[in-house]
Amino acid sequence: MLQLTGRLGYLLSRRTVVVRNSGANITSHGQHHHEVSDPLDMSQPVYSDSLETPLPDRPWKDVLDSTDKNLKQKEKGPWNALSNEEKIALYRLKFHHTYPEMKRPSAEWKTVIGGMFFVFGLTGLLVFWQHLYVYPAQPQTFGEEWQAKQVQRMLDMRMNPVEGISAKWDYEKKQWK
Amino acid sequence: MFRAVVRLSTSGVRSLARTRPCNSVPLASRCYSHAKVETDEEFDARWVTYFSKPDIDAWELKKGMNTLIGYDLVPEPKILDSALRACRRLNDLASAIRILEAVKDKSGPYKDIYPYLIQELQPTLSELGISTPEELGMDKL
Repeated sequence: MLQLTGRLGYLLSRRTVVVRNSGANITSHGQHHHEVSDPLDMSQPVYSDSLETPLPDRPWKDVLDSTDKNLKQKEKGPWNALSNEEKIALYRLKFHHTYPEMKRPSAEWKTVIGGMFFVFGLTGLLVFWQHLYVYPAQPQTFGEEWQAKQVQRMLDMRMNPVEGISAKWDYEKKQWK
Repeated sequence: MFRAVVRLSTSGVRSLARTRPCNSVPLASRCYSHAKVETDEEFDARWVTYFSKPDIDAWELKKGMNTLIGYDLVPEPKILDSALRACRRLNDLASAIRILEAVKDKSGPYKDIYPYLIQELQPTLSELGISTPEELGMDKL
């Protein structure tokens, strides 16, 4: 669910995930259609998957059906009597994601890079449009002919004859040194 | 130059007159805090005692574990042993497995810490019947 929110999801801390509407709690809201999504009741302990907080404030599944209750009862006895499936079930009752699941890599970087290139492209189009429709024509002083005449004039008036441009021009041979 | 010497000597005389007799060697004193630093053994003992409380409740286990994992260290096997036994008293297998996952994550890039911990905790794990995440296949995605 969080992967779909893309950049929004990125804003939430990667290491701490507050998970809402866990397990059977959603049934308490019934068929109400709210205009905004149901706000998280922050007055109650909240479940969160976090690498730094291994034991959250609340178990993942609060409302237990009869099989869960039986399993919980069996948990009070020796744990050697539990099968692997039962142990996994007990874990999944209390926790949402395992540590490897919390640390799973996401494909978000593709969205980020793709979005970046898309924006570059849009900007490129914008710049090109600007070039066509916004900027006035280049002044004639930029043209090849004008530039050549300009340099010739600079040499003729002996501009910067010591260290600069006229010093680099060989007036006898009429070429650059 | 002579006048300068006189000036220096007069000022020197003045300062000498003011100073009280004291050590000629300057003392090397630093402004460190005088708080006592807890040794590793004291730290371990404190945490073992915390989790060994016979009537520990779920909140205290949670608080203890979350605090311990917040520290910049991987807990010693004896602390974890105490915590796992606390889980047993609370009939909470899931938290016991979670603790093992947490310390594996705490080890970070040092991959040989977790196998060492499991090796040290093996008697307790067998006694209490706690399976490691690896045994349950929960260490893979």
